[in-house]
Amino acid sequence: MQPAIKRDAEFEEKLKKVDEMLKKYEGQKGVLLQVLQEAQRIVGYLPIEVQKKVAEALDVTLSEVYSTVTFYSFFNLKPRGKYQIRVCLGTACYVKGADKVLGRIEQELKIKVGDTTEDLKFSLDACRCVGACGLAPVVIINDDVYGRLTPDRVPEILKNYE
Amino acid sequence: MEIYRAHILVCRGTGCTASGSEPVMEAFEKEIEKHGLSKEVKVLLTGCLGLCELGPNIIIYPEGTYYCRVKPEDVPEIVEEHLVKGRIVERLLYKERAVEERMRALTDINFYKRQKRVALRNCGLINPEIIEEYIANDGYRALAKVLTEMTPQQVIDEVTRSGLRGRGGGGFPTGRKWQFAKDAPGDIKYVVCNGDEGDPGAFMDRSILEGDPHTVLEAMAIAGYAIGAKEGYIYVRAEYPLAVKRLEIAIEQARERGLLGKNILGTGFEFDIFLRLGSGAFVCGEETALLASIEGRRGEPRPRPPFPAIEGLWGKPTLINNVETYANIPPIILNGADWFASIGTERSKGTKVFAIGGKINNTGLVEIPMGTTLREVIYEIGGGIPNGKQFKAVQTGGPSGGCIPASLLDMPIEYDTLTQAGSMMGSGGMIVMDEDTCMVDIAKFFLTFTQDESCGKCPPCRIGTKRMLEILERVTNGEGREGDIELLESLAKNIKASALCGLGQTAPNPVLSTLRYFRDEYEAHIREKKCPAGACKALITYEIIADKCKGCGLCVKVCPSAAITGERRQPHAIDREKCLKCNSCFERCPFGAIAKK
Repeated sequence: MQPAIKRDAEFEEKLKKVDEMLKKYEGQKGVLLQVLQEAQRIVGYLPIEVQKKVAEALDVTLSEVYSTVTFYSFFNLKPRGKYQIRVCLGTACYVKGADKVLGRIEQELKIKVGDTTEDLKFSLDACRCVGACGLAPVVIINDDVYGRLTPDRVPEILKNYE
Repeated sequence: MEIYRAHILVCRGTGCTASGSEPVMEAFEKEIEKHGLSKEVKVLLTGCLGLCELGPNIIIYPEGTYYCRVKPEDVPEIVEEHLVKGRIVERLLYKERAVEERMRALTDINFYKRQKRVALRNCGLINPEIIEEYIANDGYRALAKVLTEMTPQQVIDEVTRSGLRGRGGGGFPTGRKWQFAKDAPGDIKYVVCNGDEGDPGAFMDRSILEGDPHTVLEAMAIAGYAIGAKEGYIYVRAEYPLAVKRLEIAIEQARERGLLGKNILGTGFEFDIFLRLGSGAFVCGEETALLASIEGRRGEPRPRPPFPAIEGLWGKPTLINNVETYANIPPIILNGADWFASIGTERSKGTKVFAIGGKINNTGLVEIPMGTTLREVIYEIGGGIPNGKQFKAVQTGGPSGGCIPASLLDMPIEYDTLTQAGSMMGSGGMIVMDEDTCMVDIAKFFLTFTQDESCGKCPPCRIGTKRMLEILERVTNGEGREGDIELLESLAKNIKASALCGLGQTAPNPVLSTLRYFRDEYEAHIREKKCPAGACKALITYEIIADKCKGCGLCVKVCPSAAITGERRQPHAIDREKCLKCNSCFERCPFGAIAKK
């Protein structure tokens, strides 16, 4: 389930900021990745409107922009939740039961990996090793890191973000 | 300069920061102020000390007292006792597992005693955000030495003679790589640092970038001088925000002091470094894919030759080394090739940093001389397997590596021995697995990873790993067929022979190595439809052993699907229809009354 994309005044405001950012890079070569990273930082995700703007400013085709966006896992085509939950599925976390923690989060939020709750509060992703293997298994919610987790601690942690 | 009688070093690496070292540091600052010790005691942030599991970690010098799992509420006691009265706070000292004794200094601990820190020499010792601390610890002396006393060829000869091999995976001789890049024709050349540390379970590059960023900058400048480059790029994964921040600070400081930029140290040598962030694609750790990504494109590998040393970034000769490789360069220049070559073994010189994790007591980063045995690393440094469980295997080399069984524990760690054992050095992840880890499930885990990260350019990797994964999925689901093992083997052989880049060529390794050492587990899944380790959900059921159940109700509380019922103080029962096999009850039961079958 993905919530509908809102195109309100706030969204228009963000598009304006993207335009300003693009001016810095206009005509430069080899900056597509940096531009997309900045655009996502501003808008939160990369809807087709933003990709079109990027393509125009850098004088590359939209298909090239789209193929790059879909290649890298950090870029989102759809809006993400207010709280982004990332469950580390690196090897150390995996052998210490990260899949079970992930299963419990899915069950609690009633969404699957890659999805966002309908109220746009939480989105859930499995992520690659964050290098905090000493604390395995690890879950990151926005900038908060939770380590040495067990499935039964999941509900109490999610409560912090109600 | 201010002189302090004591220094408190608070680890602010990713691990300790996640465990809450920032509030601890603030508490120290406040408490020291309160006691009027601000002119006597200095609180400093530092990089990773290695024992991440026990964080937040702090060290108090001059004694070198090591306190672990420090909380803000412990701080008043440490200040009052240790810093005011001079008495060590015993309860916060590290406790060695084998002996019932608390160890006072970091250097007394088995975990540290066996280490030899070359690449990590400054991690946990200096403040990575202050260039003067790096300089005070011989920083940029190697750069000054090469610029004033050595010719580019002498630099390369020194690196070649040291025997240093690439620390990122393949183990290619570093000096030879430098020579290729120097000899390649062209006016414009580039130096690139591969900081796209993607192997799950490996975090040494992150710790170096966070704890000692200047060593990488210095080494890249030395490399630039040696091959004749004026520009360098550091490609860092987006998952490492702290490393990015520290690098930005370091580059800025180095530029301000004329250690990067034009006319470095007044010698006329020009070199500058720029940062590029990854965006979450494992394949970008492959050098040709990494170059494509720096150029802002999809990170797809291309066939080699031409090698990047001849045709790299924007078609120009490019030298690519990994973070840990660079971290070894300044000490080699300062102490000489002979010193470096005296460490390690005949064919693998120097030290290697390993990230030990998984089912092991001391998880964290260790740097050991090459040739140390796996047993020494796992039992003496790592402190063995927790909860009295049996060691089953150690996985090295990440998704490109393999699982090494107990029978090979006395094998010395070298590039070649690991390859012979069906694994590889890789970037240095070392994940320990115990009797509860299913080797078929682990093979599936890695193949899921490579399948997910395959860029899709070449069919052997894109389609072949998918077919292998499908077979492993049906085996772990209890639907394996006779002939599946042979099919896996033939697919693996063909993928290894025909895939375009390192990712695809090594993707079958986790399957091949587990088949080599744990074939019986595959057979049990296929023929008996059983998972001997009790890990594959489809093949196990949970039951309550009535004799052992005290009816305490703890399992009822943790069960997320209300599958467990029973009267208080009476044996409980699990409803198999409702059971999600989440393992919560098994972990929670204090009486061992839950059985997995």
